[in-house]
Amino acid sequence: MLLSAEALHIPDGFLSITVLFLAWIISISVVGYALRRVGKDLGEQQVPMMGVLAAAIFAGQMINFAVAGGTSGHLMGAALATILMGPWAAILVMTSVVSIQALIFQDGGLLVLGANIFNMAVVGVSVAYMVYRLFLKITGDTRKGILVSGFSAGWFSIMLAALSVALQLVVSGTSPARLAIPAMAGVHALIGIGEGLITVGALAFLLSARPDLIHPDQSNLDGSRSVLVLGFLLTVALLLAAPLASVRPDGLEWVAMQTGFIEMTREPLYELVPDYLVPGIANESIATILAGALGILIIFGLGMGIAYNRRKGQISGR
Amino acid sequence: MHHSIEIEQLTYSYPDGHEALSDVSFVIQPGEKVAMVGPNGAGKSTLILHLNGILGGDGRVQICGQEVNKETLRRIRAMVGMVFQSPDDQLFSPRVFDDVAYGPIYQGLPPDLIQERVAKSLRAVGMEDYEQRVSHHLSMGEKKRIAIATVLSMDPEVLILDEPTAGLDPRARRSFISLLRELHLTMLVSSHDMLFVEELFPRMLILDEGRLVADGKTSELMSDDHLLAAHGLERPC
Amino acid sequence: MHIHFLDPYQIGGSVLHQTDARVKLTLGLAFILTTALIPDGLWRLYFLLLALVLSLEIISGVGLDYFLKRSTLALPFILAVFPLIFTIPGVSFFTFTFGPWDFSASIPGLVRFASIGLKSWISIQIAILLTATTPFPDILTAMRALRFPRLLVMIFGLMWRYLFVFADETMRLLRARAARSGASGNPEFQTGGSISWRARTAGGLAGNLFVRSLERSERIYLAMLARGYDGEIRSLPQGKMEGSNWFILGFGGLVLFLVLILSLIMSI
Repeated sequence: MLLSAEALHIPDGFLSITVLFLAWIISISVVGYALRRVGKDLGEQQVPMMGVLAAAIFAGQMINFAVAGGTSGHLMGAALATILMGPWAAILVMTSVVSIQALIFQDGGLLVLGANIFNMAVVGVSVAYMVYRLFLKITGDTRKGILVSGFSAGWFSIMLAALSVALQLVVSGTSPARLAIPAMAGVHALIGIGEGLITVGALAFLLSARPDLIHPDQSNLDGSRSVLVLGFLLTVALLLAAPLASVRPDGLEWVAMQTGFIEMTREPLYELVPDYLVPGIANESIATILAGALGILIIFGLGMGIAYNRRKGQISGR
Repeated sequence: MHHSIEIEQLTYSYPDGHEALSDVSFVIQPGEKVAMVGPNGAGKSTLILHLNGILGGDGRVQICGQEVNKETLRRIRAMVGMVFQSPDDQLFSPRVFDDVAYGPIYQGLPPDLIQERVAKSLRAVGMEDYEQRVSHHLSMGEKKRIAIATVLSMDPEVLILDEPTAGLDPRARRSFISLLRELHLTMLVSSHDMLFVEELFPRMLILDEGRLVADGKTSELMSDDHLLAAHGLERPC
Repeated sequence: MHIHFLDPYQIGGSVLHQTDARVKLTLGLAFILTTALIPDGLWRLYFLLLALVLSLEIISGVGLDYFLKRSTLALPFILAVFPLIFTIPGVSFFTFTFGPWDFSASIPGLVRFASIGLKSWISIQIAILLTATTPFPDILTAMRALRFPRLLVMIFGLMWRYLFVFADETMRLLRARAARSGASGNPEFQTGGSISWRARTAGGLAGNLFVRSLERSERIYLAMLARGYDGEIRSLPQGKMEGSNWFILGFGGLVLFLVLILSLIMSI
């Protein structure tokens, strides 16, 4: 399970409501902003390009290479999307990829989509962007520099996305910190190499066939600075929080407990306010009545559904 | 001496149930040049994919005496040079050299042998100076030739081509036909280009709706207008 | 050769198929949310929900094995939760020693593990139900009705349209690679090349795919221009929903609401 990029797509039921809520808020804000940015400064030509690139990344994730003993590595694509289209469009592209994967292929849950978008589209892209720009500055805008920067962007995007997933699982109480964080980090350090290598291979091909597509990003320099900063902050935050959590899980819990945070994340939200919402309802008989009513409703509904099917069958003469 | 290609009662159905091949049997001798014709959807491409184990159906497929199954896949693929219809799907490396070298590299050959094979195969297709060129920028005719080189470099026993002349302008087509004439390998070709078939391939197989409906001398089958018409084909004029 | 099995829509005429996509999308999301809100350990409620899901699957006429197969695909993720059995403190029911370590499985840990597993399995089946009974273009329309950003929905639509084309192309690329991946038969030569070479070649395939897709998008843009595209995204106004759909929406909402209340009571 942990040996594939699929480990980054969290299914429904694994994250607590609070974590989900936070993730959704952030994702919606970032994606909303990206929508406005892309709508505004990138030309209208970018729309078909984004849709098509999203499809290509999705299909590209089918391309694998044998690693060892039956396992294989493959692509997440945030780094490539970022290098090809700049960070804002890449955020939209990765959001599309992750959403369609969840919707159509149940690769990742629907409710937790906010978290998956956060991990892969927001963290993945912003970190890739920051690393790429940083390394490119260091290595210079040569073919070698681009390949090295691309590799690094790929590796870091996977690593930090993985750390983000691990932290979300831990804070939700779904996985113990001592195991989840080192496991995710370790495994994805390897997977990240694969991502880096595939990114390099793709960039090499692109540099030969269509070097014009790999522009060193003079356009949209303005607001992209915010992505740089975002990437930097996320990187620092995740790299600090993760080791702390795994080495000192009690440390994280102690801090959380001090702020009452952990109570919130471990239990469903509404249990915090049971008494004033439903006075005097802690009554066995009421529960039974409700359950009975529910049962009747459900059977009624299902019965109608079956009857509808039956009738359709008779009309179409099956 | 074993047959180059031997197919016995090959039957194959797609995952959705549609039967693509039904009880197909034929034998191709070493050095023979055979063409497979038939309407679209007849199963020609499906059949071809069985010859290097990409698809696996019921029945027996043997290449140079070796049965095609899970264990022999790697060996079979070194013996069968398969050129697909669209060269864009075959040229996936940045430079021509890398694409032609893929087969030998995968087989673990030493670098000097790889260099030799690449040079030899490019020469065989008339593209000696193209080693450092970028595949993506070549013309259709050039790409088709390079695609052949990518499989020749593996030193195959059998060459299989799917619609080789499709999409070529008359000049490229003419030079391509000359090229194929010079290659002395067992050859199986799937094509709609009846003139091409008549010119280069003494033996013809007609496939229709997954069945082998005719197997004989090209000159004889080509003169049977009824047979051709019955299977959506026309005599070349 | 087509990869039409990528499309999860299963043709049918059941009442689920006939229900408006907007209702299905809303109820589907509400169902998953309700499931997520139910606390651990309320087994009777879980089984109620499971029975409900099962019944819906039967009504859809798609065949239970379809749902079983697809829903078990996401199961491996549950392995991440497995350690909780041993790390959550509580009454132990099983201990064993492995080398220098003592492992103690606690009941609260097992409860948590099973709860997450069941809730996740229920949720994924709802998602599968949704996509099996609703053609994707209808889901897109439903999204627009629920006020999803138009640009995003348009990108989804384009992506969907070209998904199959590229999946086909990818299959062909992979086949071309497989066809050239042979073994020399000489025992001295190591088949396969190095891992890093394989990874870079895989990247080359991806790069090839991307270049072709980007060039294709340029052609698509020209086609859109030729039909009057000017950057603005317009679409047809949505039809009104029939009465029966409102009924289903209300009914479903009521059932879910009652489940929530019940879970509230049962957990006090």
